[in-house]
Amino acid sequence: MKRLQWLIPFVYIVFLLLPIYWLLNMSFKTTNEILGSFTLWPSNFTLENYRKIFTDATWYTGYLNSLTYVLINTVLSVTVALPAAYAFSRYRFLGDKHLFFWLLTNRMAPAAVFALPFFQLYSAIGLFDTHIAVALAHTLFNIPLAVWILEGFMSGVPRELDETAFVDGYSFGRFFTHIFIPTIVAGIGVAAFFCFMFSWVELLLAKTLTAVNAKPIAATMTRTASTSGYELGLLSAAGVLTIVPGAFVIYFVRNYIAKGFALGRV
Amino acid sequence: MSGKTTNQKAWWLVLPVLLFVAFNAIIPLMTVVNYSVQETFGNNRFFFEGVKWFEEILNSSRFHEALQRQLMFTATILAIEIPLGVLIALSMPRKGPWVSVCLVLMAMPLLIPWNVVGAMWNILALPDIGLLGHTLNAMGFDYNYTRQPNSAWFTLVAMDVWHWTSLVVLLAYAGLSAIPDAYYQAAKIDGASQWAIFRYIQLPKMKRVLMIAVLLRFMDSFMIYTEAVVLTGGGPGNATTLLSIDLVKIALGQFDLGPGAAMSLIYFLIILLLSWVFYTVMTKDEEQ
Repeated sequence: MKRLQWLIPFVYIVFLLLPIYWLLNMSFKTTNEILGSFTLWPSNFTLENYRKIFTDATWYTGYLNSLTYVLINTVLSVTVALPAAYAFSRYRFLGDKHLFFWLLTNRMAPAAVFALPFFQLYSAIGLFDTHIAVALAHTLFNIPLAVWILEGFMSGVPRELDETAFVDGYSFGRFFTHIFIPTIVAGIGVAAFFCFMFSWVELLLAKTLTAVNAKPIAATMTRTASTSGYELGLLSAAGVLTIVPGAFVIYFVRNYIAKGFALGRV
Repeated sequence: MSGKTTNQKAWWLVLPVLLFVAFNAIIPLMTVVNYSVQETFGNNRFFFEGVKWFEEILNSSRFHEALQRQLMFTATILAIEIPLGVLIALSMPRKGPWVSVCLVLMAMPLLIPWNVVGAMWNILALPDIGLLGHTLNAMGFDYNYTRQPNSAWFTLVAMDVWHWTSLVVLLAYAGLSAIPDAYYQAAKIDGASQWAIFRYIQLPKMKRVLMIAVLLRFMDSFMIYTEAVVLTGGGPGNATTLLSIDLVKIALGQFDLGPGAAMSLIYFLIILLLSWVFYTVMTKDEEQ
């Protein structure tokens, strides 16, 4: 029994990798082969689908647009969340618990509820179809998330650190930037990772708030899926490329993933 | 929560967050409330309707059916993902080079854009040329997710299990790694059975993270939209039209602002209630 225990995670990982393999497989096939027969691996191996994505502006600008608003959002969310998380972890103030709960409700707000009002709001202030609009809209769920994760990490830092620094004559600002932030740099990394991730995977709001100039890769994909017939190979290649950034950043936070998902509370 | 000093100036630290989230949350929410009590015939002319839309939605069989499907979906995926996640976490290696490999591979599905998850399963499940669809049909099952509600449900549940079980695994694993080795040694000396170790050492230690896992999965599955839309589009017919899909159909598809807004509010209130339970459970735990 004990000796066969590794089978369970092994089978699970195979189950996880199968759909990803199938996507890879499809992305290296020609359209003819995909529609013609069922094959377990590409018999006419082709890079044509990838070539098209890297040379066609409608495709690769989609990636650049997505990366742009995701990065703006990540920087914005973490910067704004840092002082707030500090306040929640160190001080008691009027309405703190209510405020914390209210922030949480925004993490739980279904994007579907906000799609239409967001469209009208961002059109009204002239930000429709800009990267800023999507970045701002995504702060709705990413700021609360960042506050929660950072608060969890900060509460793990003993209060004596702050007190000693203040006794030593540090001002609040200097203490925060020179001592406190370096102490919780792992937490900041995890919070940034999660903001990156949730902004990267979200589609409904990103699609609702953009038309041409800031169109995310996901929207390019859904449009291709519905208009240009059945270019499954191209669609698969685009899908594979959306997995790459996530797979790349996950390596850096591998030891903190679980803590982040538990909102810093493990 | 003990040992905190009272300091009203902390509000200044929270203010930026407050402004950002208020801009994104309160203005749109007010828009929704505003629409939910009015009727429009176009040309930006609105008429006050009171609670008419709320009554209409709450009494419509369409909403009831969507809610039922939603509850059924959430119950099914919870019943599969939670035990499966715990089982996998229990059998994962505790230390060594394989831990990182397992964690990184398992976290992969969580980082894939939701529409790509839908597209991936769509391609995987195609009855003639997809790996899953082809295999099932070759094994003699009559499987076609664009035509049969059962197939569509099976695919939807399988996709969600694929997508989110890792979250449960990661949380449960984090809970397990917090158990000191001394506990296991003590259990070994006492001659405790595998079941006893699980029941009296591992499960109590995992209680907190599992609570988080259950509630996160509960709420996120209530909000599922993109994956399901890309996979089945709510079909065949209305067979997999979950709450958010129905909402988007009404609000953005038919542009019925009033009913859409009323439904948004009812939907949001359900989530709010759940969030409150979540928050109460978590903070109660922290105070202990």
